[in-house]
Amino acid sequence: MKKVIMGNHALSYGAMLSRSQVISAYPITPQTQVVELLSEMCADGKLDAQFIKVESEHSAMASCIGASVAGARTFTATSSQGLALMHEMLHWAGGGRHPVVMGNINRSMAPGWSIWADQNDSLSQRDTGWMQFYCSSNQEVVDTVIQAFKVAEALMIPAMVILDAFALSHTYEVVDVPDQALVDRYLPPFKPAIKLTTDDPRAFGGLTGAEHYMELRYRLEKDMEKAPALIEETGREYGKLFGRDLGLVDPYLCDDAEFIFVTSGTAGYTARVAVDELRKSGVKAGNLRIKVFRPFPFDRVREVLGRVKKAAVVDRNCSYGAGGIFYQEVKSASYGRPGMPPLFGYIAGLGGRDITTDSFKEVAAHALSKDRPDEEIVWIGVKK
Amino acid sequence: MSQEVKKEKKFTMTLPADELMACGHLACQGCGATLAMRYMLKALGKKTALCIPACCWAVIDGPYPYSSMDVPVYHCAFETAASTATGVKAGLEMTGDTETTVVAWAGDGGTFDIGIQALSGAAERNEDIIYVCYDNEAYMNTGIQRSSATPYGAWTTTTPVKHFKTRPKKDIVAIMAAHRIPYIATASISHPEDFFKKMKKAKDIKGTRFFHVYAPCPTGWKSRPEDTIKLARMAVQNGYFPLLEIENGEKTTLNLKLKERKPVDDYMRLQGRFRHLGPDEIAAVQAEVDARWERLIKGCAA
Repeated sequence: MKKVIMGNHALSYGAMLSRSQVISAYPITPQTQVVELLSEMCADGKLDAQFIKVESEHSAMASCIGASVAGARTFTATSSQGLALMHEMLHWAGGGRHPVVMGNINRSMAPGWSIWADQNDSLSQRDTGWMQFYCSSNQEVVDTVIQAFKVAEALMIPAMVILDAFALSHTYEVVDVPDQALVDRYLPPFKPAIKLTTDDPRAFGGLTGAEHYMELRYRLEKDMEKAPALIEETGREYGKLFGRDLGLVDPYLCDDAEFIFVTSGTAGYTARVAVDELRKSGVKAGNLRIKVFRPFPFDRVREVLGRVKKAAVVDRNCSYGAGGIFYQEVKSASYGRPGMPPLFGYIAGLGGRDITTDSFKEVAAHALSKDRPDEEIVWIGVKK
Repeated sequence: MSQEVKKEKKFTMTLPADELMACGHLACQGCGATLAMRYMLKALGKKTALCIPACCWAVIDGPYPYSSMDVPVYHCAFETAASTATGVKAGLEMTGDTETTVVAWAGDGGTFDIGIQALSGAAERNEDIIYVCYDNEAYMNTGIQRSSATPYGAWTTTTPVKHFKTRPKKDIVAIMAAHRIPYIATASISHPEDFFKKMKKAKDIKGTRFFHVYAPCPTGWKSRPEDTIKLARMAVQNGYFPLLEIENGEKTTLNLKLKERKPVDDYMRLQGRFRHLGPDEIAAVQAEVDARWERLIKGCAA
């Protein structure tokens, strides 16, 4: 059924269709509509779940972890400061292998107070053992939540479904809301092999000496390495049922491109418009939108990079002292490989500043005027 | 000889002989917190799940892959005993287990200090959990640092004798009573039958139930391991740690009425952590205990 819904409600529909059993959340702008709609769905009986209205994001994630270890499918949503407050518990969910699925609305970190989009909140959590999916449309948000549960529960690794503040969270788009019966076929109930139960009493997460700890983390990494293939496999399966394949990356006109943008989030769709316009003016441009950041899709990124002459990575984030975070990852993917093009790094759109087609044209003009990058970061649209 | 045996037979055990805690745990000699766990499990039985944050008990249970418990244990983050237990209860209910009693089991640091926000939140929502704070009056697991449960006058490694703690212990029972939760009890390892009875009672109550359990710590209190129960009993008998229940934040019942309270002096003299205190300071502690006792008696009458 087609509905016109906002990005935040797309998360709520995803959680409802996935038959989340425990939802625990704390309000933060611009995430509030996610949990408002879910609390209504619980109150109306549309969703058979317990909704825990906790007193902080830290407690939200702690109670999600508790519910998950007891065997319940568990969902939450947050943003920015809330995600940062959860940081300790993100490690707990990742290290404890609790497949919680969480929506995160990309919002800039304070100070100064900002409620607008950039990616530093979620990218600061990249080493916590969570998968990260960056979405570009409300349709992709609904679809990805459902897929995220499937992958997370298969690997026992939590997953974050991420969307830009306002550019997606508060933007209404037409969404084909999947049919519940088909979702049930795609996503069976959560049945973990090991859970907290008095029938089989176990201790979870106790003191772990140096003789065991490393193996636990080795297994987490090994399972994370299985995720790219599983995301593609479950993405194709999703495509068969719902007509929309879900992949690790989303290339646009990359097959014959000589110059590409590498993007993520909503900027990835703006880049497509810039690509169309550049092509009209004779530049063989393309766009590689990276959807999954953890695990990083090294192979898919290399495949595309290997076909082009030049690539410009546009980051809506900054690792202070090291530059754009996607830029670093893309460089790392290409390092030491033959046939890789020069990579240029740009930072744009921090704190919700718009990234427009003109921003991309400025990026293209800069990258095409040089043979090789001569700066670690080129700032786009900044008042210097 | 045969007469003696007969005499022993007359002694009746009032607590169940069943043990849900094995003897291979890692507690120090004379650990009060360990007895507290043992008594609690005797009352709650096998259908119990524990959420244990960072505290002595995170170690006592045993390292991976061992556990000294015959009930499931989730080791959770320091400040999350109440919030994790909330989630476990919700998760169990949603997967068809409505019987299991979910217990958050935390030390005084995890309750009075770092975990108080999550505890307050859970209590305000009246989550269906039992929260037990075993109170050994300092951060014992990290090496005896002061917490807000450390009493006036005590030495700890962060309140050295030249700069001992000059603020009184936080009144956690009053804080919890202000949340108007269905049931609050204090308990002591020196009075296991009282503890057992109250825990049994709590098991059948729905909503947030809070226990404040007095658990002497020879390592941190610089007392003799064989004095643990004696110290716990003295604290009850001198009114330092009264045994009581509070229902719905209003009705206070004193479980052990004392005709004559003993002075706190003897109790304090058995503990190295108070050794540096002179008569004036001990008199100050006595005055504080007296004042609290008076308030308690008034509260029970009201």
